[in-house]
Amino acid sequence: MNPHSEARAAAPLVDCRGVYKIFGRGSGAVTALQDVGLQVAEGEFVTVVGASGCGKSTLLRAIGGLETYTAGEILVDGKPVRAPGIDRAMVFQNYSLYPWLTVTQNIRFTRTLSAHTRDRTSSSVEAALGRSDALIRLMGLAPAADKHPNQLSGGMQQRVAIARALMSRPRILLMDEPFGALDAQTREVMHDLILHVSELERSTVIFVTHDVEEAIYLGKRVVLMAPRPGRIDSIYDVPLPPKQRSQEMRQAPEFLRLRSQILGRIRETAGMKTDLDLLQSLSRQAPGA
Amino acid sequence: MKTNGASVPDPAAAAMPAPTRRGAWQALGALWTIRGPLGARAYWALAGVGLLVPLLLWTLLSTFGAINKVFLPGPLDVALRLGRWYTEDDLAGDIGISVYRVVAGWALSALIALPLGLYIGTYRSVQALLEPLTDFIRYMPAVAFIPLVMLWIGIDERSKVAIIFIGTFFQMVLMVAEDVRRVPLAQIEAAQTMGATRSEIVEKVILASAKPALLDTLRITMGWAWTYLVVAELVAANSGLGYAIIKAQRFLQTDKIFAGILLIGAIGLAIDQAFRLLHRLAFPWLNPRGNG
Repeated sequence: MNPHSEARAAAPLVDCRGVYKIFGRGSGAVTALQDVGLQVAEGEFVTVVGASGCGKSTLLRAIGGLETYTAGEILVDGKPVRAPGIDRAMVFQNYSLYPWLTVTQNIRFTRTLSAHTRDRTSSSVEAALGRSDALIRLMGLAPAADKHPNQLSGGMQQRVAIARALMSRPRILLMDEPFGALDAQTREVMHDLILHVSELERSTVIFVTHDVEEAIYLGKRVVLMAPRPGRIDSIYDVPLPPKQRSQEMRQAPEFLRLRSQILGRIRETAGMKTDLDLLQSLSRQAPGA
Repeated sequence: MKTNGASVPDPAAAAMPAPTRRGAWQALGALWTIRGPLGARAYWALAGVGLLVPLLLWTLLSTFGAINKVFLPGPLDVALRLGRWYTEDDLAGDIGISVYRVVAGWALSALIALPLGLYIGTYRSVQALLEPLTDFIRYMPAVAFIPLVMLWIGIDERSKVAIIFIGTFFQMVLMVAEDVRRVPLAQIEAAQTMGATRSEIVEKVILASAKPALLDTLRITMGWAWTYLVVAELVAANSGLGYAIIKAQRFLQTDKIFAGILLIGAIGLAIDQAFRLLHRLAFPWLNPRGNG
């Protein structure tokens, strides 16, 4: 190991320290994040799961600079996060594409912004055009390049959103349930695609989802958050080869074991264990016999 | 532009293999599918029925209803009156001046309401500052402003434009603000994470995203501007369609009142259709089947 990579390993790219987020004031105050500490190394793929209301989206949005935080510190590359920045791209669940632009225009949207076009030399413009063409091919969007988003399926729309986010080579990709609105088959395709792309781009990814299987399949680490107050409950290392995942792995014993372990823990933290007892007591009361 | 509906086979017709009684019932039933599709031919047929039936009823009532023509002139009387209005009086001039007043009042209103509504819908601070005030004023009847307008502006052309402006502006501001607020937050936040500046977000995202809704607002408020025409021409006017209606009332020329009202309706319908056509041409991406 050379000293450079050692230094990188020592300082995490994303460093959340004692982060609190409190909505409201007085007796109506809700603690969305309580003492959250999370370190993500450069090039790492971290997934965040948890029951609804656990603050996973709030944490992601705070890292993205879209949400302020009440206390603590979020450092990206050693600098505190105050606002959104072009080093952190975000992919939303839906409605974030611009329906009046074509697929190509959506992906090249950053090229119309002053923050990305300070360098107006012809070589930089050429490089950008080449980059967007490469992303269109990589995402399998070539046949749809001149179509408008509402002519595309949900899966294709999310490919455009990911390509658009990658366009300016962000250091960190923040994904907020990006496949939440897709059907199961499309989701599996998107999983392999995003793994391939993040490998190719060497992106650091923080990926929020409510789907435990998705979290294990994609993540090198799975962060489990718990609700009321929103906090990090536990962090799991995924015991699967990180570089080459395949759909068969979803059936591997260690995959299934981790899945049931995490699911069980989510039920515990959400207080959902009692639901089964409740159902049984209800069926006993049912005037069937 | 050929509409898509015309090229698609009519589902009602497809469900009707032979003109049996049962098939006809099925076709009728298809018309009652909740939010069901309707072919272009069926649409225009129904629209024609909707317009012609009242005309027919009117004709029958005025011909056989034994109603004094002072109360209900027949369609023919109205048409003849319209012809005399054109040949003996200055119908073209009346239409011209009324269109000018309405369009001027509406355009002036749009000129101020569009940027103001954009600010109200974008910044909560501007909303807090101006929206309650606008809400307050918009409940005031435009007619009641006539004496004030005469006092402040006088009785020339500007006062008519001012009345139409007062009747249109305050509603328009609130509608524009609402259009702007309906821009999905994800579209704005995506731009923020891509490093867009505030002015870039307003121009390239909020304005671009709200454009179709804004054109609809302009179309609807144009209709409201026309409803204030008669009121506006109460103010010392000596020309215009609204003025002609008021004058006809004085001479009990019911046929002319009818002619004036119908003319305003027809002009309004034409302008409305022009706006709809513009909407289709300007925003082809709204139609997922087109522009492919």
